[in-house]
Amino acid sequence: MWEMAKQRDAYGETLVELGRKKDNIVVVGADLCGSCRVKKFGNEFPERMFNVGIAEQNMTGVSAGLALSGKTVFSSTFAVFATGRAYDQVRQSIAYPELDVKIVSTHAGITVGGDGASHQMLEDIALMRVLPNMRVVAPADYHESRKATFAIAEEKGPFYMRLGRSNVPIITEKDDPFDIGKAKLVREGEDVTLIGTGIMVSECLKAAKILDKQHDMDARVLNMSTIKPLDDKSIVRAAKDTGGIVTAEEHVVSQGMGSGISQVISESSYHVPMKRVGIPNVFGESGESDELMDKYGLTAEHIVESAHDVLERR
Amino acid sequence: MPALTDSKIEELKEIARRVRVHIVESTHEAGSGHPGGSLSATDILTALYFEIMDHKPDDPKWPKRDRLVLSKGHAAPALYGVLAEAGYFPVEKLMSLRKLGSQLQGHPHVKTTPGVDASTGSLGQGISIASGMALAAKLDREAYRVFAICGDGEIQSGQIWEAAMFASHNKLDNLIVFLDRNNLQIDGSTEEVMSIEPIVSKWNAFGWHVLEIEGHEMDQIVDAVERAEEIHGQPTMIIAHTIKGKGVPFMEGSLAFHGKAANDEQLEVALEALGEKNNTQGGD
Repeated sequence: MWEMAKQRDAYGETLVELGRKKDNIVVVGADLCGSCRVKKFGNEFPERMFNVGIAEQNMTGVSAGLALSGKTVFSSTFAVFATGRAYDQVRQSIAYPELDVKIVSTHAGITVGGDGASHQMLEDIALMRVLPNMRVVAPADYHESRKATFAIAEEKGPFYMRLGRSNVPIITEKDDPFDIGKAKLVREGEDVTLIGTGIMVSECLKAAKILDKQHDMDARVLNMSTIKPLDDKSIVRAAKDTGGIVTAEEHVVSQGMGSGISQVISESSYHVPMKRVGIPNVFGESGESDELMDKYGLTAEHIVESAHDVLERR
Repeated sequence: MPALTDSKIEELKEIARRVRVHIVESTHEAGSGHPGGSLSATDILTALYFEIMDHKPDDPKWPKRDRLVLSKGHAAPALYGVLAEAGYFPVEKLMSLRKLGSQLQGHPHVKTTPGVDASTGSLGQGISIASGMALAAKLDREAYRVFAICGDGEIQSGQIWEAAMFASHNKLDNLIVFLDRNNLQIDGSTEEVMSIEPIVSKWNAFGWHVLEIEGHEMDQIVDAVERAEEIHGQPTMIIAHTIKGKGVPFMEGSLAFHGKAANDEQLEVALEALGEKNNTQGGD
């Protein structure tokens, strides 16, 4: 089986490396600096780390001001606060003026677990992808979180990067290339395409294995680590080559990555059947991560089922 | 010793008069906008850009410039009038306010207008942005100062107090905020809608150095900033007592002109009050 690691650990460690390379990188946190793993940066560069306390709206505005004065700003708290509590500030003060602020949230999704619905942010992809100028990245694992952190630091302008709380399987290689806006082909296949983002890429790979072994189906798997801008070409090619698409995300199915992909498909010449795996439009609840993944329809088995549904409608 | 000579005061007053003319004319031309709160902030903005701030109209992004965040973004017509008078763009451009494709958006936008330092309009966000700028100045050991102008109703917004705490915690003595205390917000007087008093003790309690001035007196505005400069380790809040609609008698203290432009007739009356009647009537 795969090795496990936390995405936020990769983020915290990479920030320190970035800090050593670039003087103009600053970090803003809101009392969750330990949980978000940005504390390491603060330990090494105390003068470049600002903790605003429990005040996410101010965090977002302060980040804007720092960016307006030439800094590349990493602004980190839990996904629910970064995108929900401070939505208007993100819209007005960061996205509209197109500032160099990277909103990197942790504890996104239902795998937050015991904290329950108040802390399980399932709508952040929707909120961020609809904002003009905002790009949205959701790395699949530890290695990708590290590479994505480097990549968004290099690229000027606002980004939203979504990380989870829990240990997730390491499914990419340390040296795999990472390009913003490019889907990564992680498994070749002809019968159906499974498109995952974030921690759901590993579930797609598990599903592909099940489909192969038990159903004699050869599934293509794409890692859609950039949700905005979407890699339209890879999506349309998958529709053309495989004739059916299943999307998978740890987010409500309404207006998430799958919705974006369905929009691409509907405006393409390949109107293939699709199924979106994700959380129905409901709030989560307390529980263990794996229990919640199962109850809310996010496991490989759900993806397998959806692949059959897609094939039947082809 | 007074902060300004009499002739300097006269010069600033004349610029402010022209800016007021720009405000009523540009909002009249646009058919909408916020003349009341623009007129109350005009003298503060004029003193800032023509006496207090170190800035270069021919180099709007000069890294060492003093910055201004117009947190009460609806006073954009006043900011635009001052920026045009200072030479950031031609005065004629003011008549494009709020029109399709204009550089002069209804609320300030950093990407479209030279001289605008931050995008604002959704109230309550400016002190946070200004604090970020002031923090960057400290970090870079730069001497530039950051100014912000807030509305009085605006401080009902929670984010203002998050920022108030933050700025004093970080000892941002390079941050100077003006509170345009014109006593009115769109639904009525601030004290009727949601009382903000006692303002002085609130800001004191949040760790700020607080001054109170008459916000239409040039020497008091300049003097307050000079006094703020002498304070170390604390941001300064200058509570500027102003009159909404100042300079145009029928707009003074009037709620009606918070968010409404003058009509053709009212424009004539306003221009006459501002000493412009002869200039505009010449052609008729």
